[in-house]
Amino acid sequence: MDAAFTVEELEFQREVQEFLEAEFPKDIRAKVAQKKHLDKEDYVRWQKILYKKGWAAPNWPVEHGGTGWTPVQKYIFAQEMAKVGAMEPVAFGMKMVAPVIYTYGSEEQKQRFLPDILASNVWWCQGYSEPNAGSDLASLKTTAVRDGDHYVVNGTKTWNTLGQYADWIFCLVRTDSTVKKQEGISFLLIDMKTPGIKLSPIYLIDGTPEVNEVYFEDVRVPVENLIGEENKGWTYAKVLLTHERTNIAGVPRSKTRLAKLKELAARTPDGNGGMMIDDPVFAKKIAETEIQVLALEYAELRTLAAVSTGKAPGPESSILKIVGTEATQYLDELFMELASLHGLPFVPEQFQDGFDGEVVGDDAAAATALTYFNNRKQSIFGGSNEIQKNIISKAVLGL
Amino acid sequence: MDFSYSDEQQMLQDSVQKFVQRHYSFDDRRELLESEQGFSAENWKLFAELGWLTVPFKVEDDGFGGLATDLMVLMEEFGKAMVVEPFVANAVLGGGLLSELGSAEQKAEYLPKIMEGGLQLAAAITEAGARNNLANISCSASKLGDGYELNGEKIVVLNGPAAELLVVSARTGGEQLDETGISLFLVDANAEGVKKHSYTNIDGHRAAEISFDKVKLAQSALLGGEGEAYATLVSVADKATLAVCSEAVGAMDALLQKTVEYAKTRKQFGTAIGSFQALQHRMADMFIECQLARSITIMAAMKLDGDEDETAKQKAVSAAKARVGKAIRTVGQEAVQLHGGIGITDELDVGHLFKRVTAIETMFGNTDFHTKRFAAL
Repeated sequence: MDAAFTVEELEFQREVQEFLEAEFPKDIRAKVAQKKHLDKEDYVRWQKILYKKGWAAPNWPVEHGGTGWTPVQKYIFAQEMAKVGAMEPVAFGMKMVAPVIYTYGSEEQKQRFLPDILASNVWWCQGYSEPNAGSDLASLKTTAVRDGDHYVVNGTKTWNTLGQYADWIFCLVRTDSTVKKQEGISFLLIDMKTPGIKLSPIYLIDGTPEVNEVYFEDVRVPVENLIGEENKGWTYAKVLLTHERTNIAGVPRSKTRLAKLKELAARTPDGNGGMMIDDPVFAKKIAETEIQVLALEYAELRTLAAVSTGKAPGPESSILKIVGTEATQYLDELFMELASLHGLPFVPEQFQDGFDGEVVGDDAAAATALTYFNNRKQSIFGGSNEIQKNIISKAVLGL
Repeated sequence: MDFSYSDEQQMLQDSVQKFVQRHYSFDDRRELLESEQGFSAENWKLFAELGWLTVPFKVEDDGFGGLATDLMVLMEEFGKAMVVEPFVANAVLGGGLLSELGSAEQKAEYLPKIMEGGLQLAAAITEAGARNNLANISCSASKLGDGYELNGEKIVVLNGPAAELLVVSARTGGEQLDETGISLFLVDANAEGVKKHSYTNIDGHRAAEISFDKVKLAQSALLGGEGEAYATLVSVADKATLAVCSEAVGAMDALLQKTVEYAKTRKQFGTAIGSFQALQHRMADMFIECQLARSITIMAAMKLDGDEDETAKQKAVSAAKARVGKAIRTVGQEAVQLHGGIGITDELDVGHLFKRVTAIETMFGNTDFHTKRFAAL
């Protein structure tokens, strides 16, 4: 057992730092620091820089363009990225559908889809949840009926994140309604330009149209877009969800935010002549969060070390999802508490690029409440934290 | 001991409920939020006609009585419907300071107008970095000729955008954190040197940053004795704090009721999600939080109306705000979580209730502030 970095690992860390310093675009870095709204172009531009370096998909198998890094290298990479605010790739292509394609897809599908995902030429989105299939995802009702060389898809998907940018959507569809609900589901890849697909934005309480409802009306999908076998989609989906869960833990980001919180607390007046960092009540909260994130970090390292490249982690990844999202949400609360009254103003324009009006209060206070509201989604999506506890109860504890 | 409502309180509650039924659906409210002013001038007139604007005022001011328990009844109903009209900022806070400190002339000039709904008022008493320490004031009012010159800046002034008249706290003596040397002034919001930066808060209520640059004030602008405003400032802010606690109690009841209703109707895994014991206990916890919040708010309102000393009253308000703040986190977050994704959408009232109670937790001192004040008193 050894938790210290080796000489090679420290060398790697320096390499990552130098790369980020030189290549992470300054304008995007500034937008992130100012919590400005990032658009599609920002994500794609940065992702293409990573692609050019060969670092676009650290988690992929080497034969498809992965880096072949050790778990520790991946951890170092994620941590250094978070330190400078460099965005993780949007998960849907790189981290969600790609593992399904390289694990269960045909040779032809791998050739067709993976290179464009790796190079960020194609933006993917997810079609899982439905209005009546949330936590009970397997009860989904969107149908795909075989008609010659096509499936004809009908139904509604919801909580579709950033579908407005997407070129392709991966969907769970029902191909057999006569069997147990998990056994009649298939995994389909659908071109968003296919006639019959309509998107309708859902506004969240922070004012952003971050998610959509997606309607499918007689959408014809070629059968070669089916992943693996018909009616085996649930198995593939579960694998994808464990990948998603591990991604959600967000330890590097939480560590970066903790450092930011301390820095802010050191320059935020406590109202009585001192600074918040010296306020015993607030300092205790920071310390408790730091301890929790440290425990989470080592839980994540243990999980990462246990899985070999490209394989999905086991059901214990649910721990990472639960604790990671709760840590994020608790940090949101602390930022909001620190902001005090200046957390209340809601001026969405100031997060748009090019805004040159007067900012209300401290930059750091703006958006703290909105972030708190928006991140309540974290304990809901990716399989709600209640569902994760069901998984632990059943799959880990055997209850 | 009697916790039941008086006939007057019952009537007050009925009248708000009737108003809400007729004029304050979720869609009505949404229209108000999208309007220029952010609330309805017609509703404000109606508040006056229904006598609600007299509730915070004492009988000798021709008010309804000024009891905290009456205010509690009214605010709880406002909380359920998420009323955005600036009742607390105007009648409780601004009006309260005028009522407590105003000279006979000042009261005669302004109080009838407030109660008739003819004056929009705001109290500019919060500063950057003060974290609700009302003695932490760098705004200054220095003697100039027969009057004063006001300089400085106030933040997140509730009802600031609509306010025609401002009650401003400023230092006429002492150092930044001193409780002495604090004075209140009545300032025309359109006076030269007054600048507003108006915006909407996360809960839809309107507020403003207001700066004062060499604003000339007559001696008659002084409210109460020079340098002696602090104690009243605190007691009036405490009454406003009690008002928003009551509002939160109403809003949390609405959150609980909507969550239970949803759990009974939302089906997953072939059954209503409310049939799952893990979720039942969560809703039971929400209920417990709602009940404790209500109980401690009633305690504080009764203490404010009783003949305890000031310290006991302050301690009671801090106990209420701290406990209600804790309940806000639990009830707000659980209501959203149990609704799932729909709970954070703009289209459902649950998210809006969550935003309002969250804003209340920050206002007038958050949970930590009041826990510490309770311990120190």
